[in-house]
Amino acid sequence: MTLQEHDRIALELRQITKVYPGVVALDSVSLSIKGGEVVGLIGENGAGKSTLMKVLGGVIAPNGGEIVIDGETLEGLSSQQALDKGIAFVHQELNPFTNLDVAANVLLGRELRRGPFKFIDQSAMNAVVAPILERLGAHFGPRDSVADLSLAEQQLLEIARALSMNARLVIFDEPTSSLTLSETHRLLDVIKDLRAEGVAVLFISHRLSEIEEIADRVVVLRDGKNAGELGVSDINKDVMIRMMVGRNVEQFFAKIDHSEGDCVLEVRDLATQTFPDARANLQLKAGEILGLAGLVGAGRSEMAHAIFGIEPVKHGEVFLHGEKLSELTVSTAIANGLCLVPENRKEHGLFLDFAIYENISLPNLGTLSKRGVVYRKAEQELASKSRSELAIKTATLANPVAELSGGNQQKVVLAKWLAMNPRVVILDEPTRGIDVGAKSEVYHLMQALAAKGVGILMISSDMEEIIGVSDRVAVMHKGNVTGTVSGDEITEENILRLAVG
Amino acid sequence: MQKKDIGLAVLVLLVGAVVAIINPRFLSPINLSNTANLIGLFGLFSIAEAFVIVTAGIELSVGSVIALIGVLFVDMIVVQDIPWPIAAVLVLLIGSVFGVIHGLLITKLKLQPFVVTLCGLLIYRGIARVYTEDGTAGFSFGDSFPTLEWLTSGRTGGVPHSFIAFVIVAIIAWFVLHRTVFGRHLFAVGKNEEAAKFTGINSTRVIILAYVICAVLTSLSAIYFAMYTRSIHPGSHGNFYELYAIAAAVLGGFSLRGGEGSIIGVVLGVILLQELENLVNLLGIPSSFKFAVMGSVILLGVIADTQVSRYRDARRNARALASVSGDDGEAISKG
Repeated sequence: MTLQEHDRIALELRQITKVYPGVVALDSVSLSIKGGEVVGLIGENGAGKSTLMKVLGGVIAPNGGEIVIDGETLEGLSSQQALDKGIAFVHQELNPFTNLDVAANVLLGRELRRGPFKFIDQSAMNAVVAPILERLGAHFGPRDSVADLSLAEQQLLEIARALSMNARLVIFDEPTSSLTLSETHRLLDVIKDLRAEGVAVLFISHRLSEIEEIADRVVVLRDGKNAGELGVSDINKDVMIRMMVGRNVEQFFAKIDHSEGDCVLEVRDLATQTFPDARANLQLKAGEILGLAGLVGAGRSEMAHAIFGIEPVKHGEVFLHGEKLSELTVSTAIANGLCLVPENRKEHGLFLDFAIYENISLPNLGTLSKRGVVYRKAEQELASKSRSELAIKTATLANPVAELSGGNQQKVVLAKWLAMNPRVVILDEPTRGIDVGAKSEVYHLMQALAAKGVGILMISSDMEEIIGVSDRVAVMHKGNVTGTVSGDEITEENILRLAVG
Repeated sequence: MQKKDIGLAVLVLLVGAVVAIINPRFLSPINLSNTANLIGLFGLFSIAEAFVIVTAGIELSVGSVIALIGVLFVDMIVVQDIPWPIAAVLVLLIGSVFGVIHGLLITKLKLQPFVVTLCGLLIYRGIARVYTEDGTAGFSFGDSFPTLEWLTSGRTGGVPHSFIAFVIVAIIAWFVLHRTVFGRHLFAVGKNEEAAKFTGINSTRVIILAYVICAVLTSLSAIYFAMYTRSIHPGSHGNFYELYAIAAAVLGGFSLRGGEGSIIGVVLGVILLQELENLVNLLGIPSSFKFAVMGSVILLGVIADTQVSRYRDARRNARALASVSGDDGEAISKG
């Protein structure tokens, strides 16, 4: 199994740059790795790790820079090239084909065949897959249905798939986020075996203790740029946290001290479908900006959806202005002055092909109509009012929203809710994918709302934003609110500590 | 009027001109009057279909509903001696029940519209055939309903009343779809049901109502068809009409993915299809070839439409990219 010296991969990313409309995701990022080495890649949510990995996997093409593999210089990779070079991925988000069995998933696209009609050779496939599963200590076999596997088992399946490709470089993107402790240990052992065999491993994780245990070198990304590297002897948690944070944030956020008012939103013992055993508690006061922090997958969006009535709750109650909501549906939430700016702007927040004014008026048509007939003049007036108040940059309000930049799209989402004078606003990742100028406009808007006494709950994975904007920060882990910090206690270290549980 | 509608209107005039040049009889009063009658009859249920298609659904039982409701209506007024206004209200109610059932199965049991309405297609036609014992439901010599006949198959100054009914329904449908809150919700639910949910729209109610509107309008057209043919053989009456309706809607700019289309478009689509039928008849093309001609024209129309929108998207993306490289990340204004 061990790779000979000349078979080992030598890979270098040089000055990789990737620009999306309105945002620079990667700014001249460099990274090198060779066979027999485990490199840890760390950075906050949104630091550019995933984008960098997508470049490496051939999923997206960079706008600049070059990739050097085994001495060969390339401007970009196709996903087929990445496969041919022996680069395998273990993704953070699992998307197995639950209609197929384990062996079919592991060998998808590389099915073994036999006979003149090239029928699938099930027994040969089982023979290939079974030893890999054994090596991972999996408690399921090649013929088991993937639909019956738990999340952790599906994660193992994904790893088995990467191993089956005889990869020279395996990229693990947060592989342990859904694993139990013993499964994690087994995975780390597998990674050590891979290293001993001469395979290169790129390991992305928020769990710094795992990085400490396994990495030979650590590369830190911050805001889409290289923020430094650590050799094996320098790797420790405190240094890593400092390098991930390392910036001063004060000047960007003009923080206003909001006088605290009555409790406008209270969540009691809430459990969502994703974390049915959790009991989350939360209080939001009038005129307050409450940041909701946590690692990706901590159950923050799920809680927001539950409060807003999108997802059914397993357990718990929601109080608005001291009164318990009789039912958790979107229409009751809206009727009680609660609105949600969703994380997934393009899928949930907007109708991209619809005109800007139609998007803004849609939830407000009740007040913009008489006996069910839309009062089109009032509709246009509302849209142009929103346009001037929020500085939506567009030639005409009849343009489809799809033609706007990310920041202006987000302003349209905000506009449609602000038009109904909400008393509680939940913002889920309000500045994701929008440029700096629009970001600060969104912050100012939030502060203006808070000053008017609106309660604001802001979910964000951007530490800088959480710390800079929030009056208080609640932190979630696995569906529970593990703690709240305020004032001088709002530090990245404190938040991270609560976020890892 | 949307750009798409204007393109279609030009096509309608063009095809009309070609037919008229080849065979001037096309413009004779009697041919125009007959064509208008057919446009009215087929237009009623095509508009009905449009209400469902805009929600990203489909209604395949249109033809069977026309057969079943037609049989029931004729039976009520001829055999059961029920006064025709009461019979008309009754069959519209029965139609609305079909719509409610379809809507509930689709929204509450999460069944696919294609499957639900395909079963409807089979069931309603089966019931119609059993009801008449596979015979023909029709009027006997001497049966007379002057008012009803005047309303449905009568003509005023050569203009068939079915056409007038179609125009009235089209105007109301246009108003509902393009000017009311409910219309907006139809488009929103059809375009992106998730986003509609996040906006607080009750998509279940909207979808059920769409199927009810479709079924009631279809039942209305069933009355017109019954009075036009005056004899209904439930084995063949209304066969393939659902496909005709879908074709008219698609020609008219409705996307089967939902959220797109206009009433003007579907009206023009119906007119174009009737023109083509006329073309086939007047040019002496064997009628066996009729469906092939219509299918080809629809296909060409849809290909042209998707190519145009692909071109538009490409231009939009190019503009978006250009504005990003122009370092300020400003809004993209329409050129």
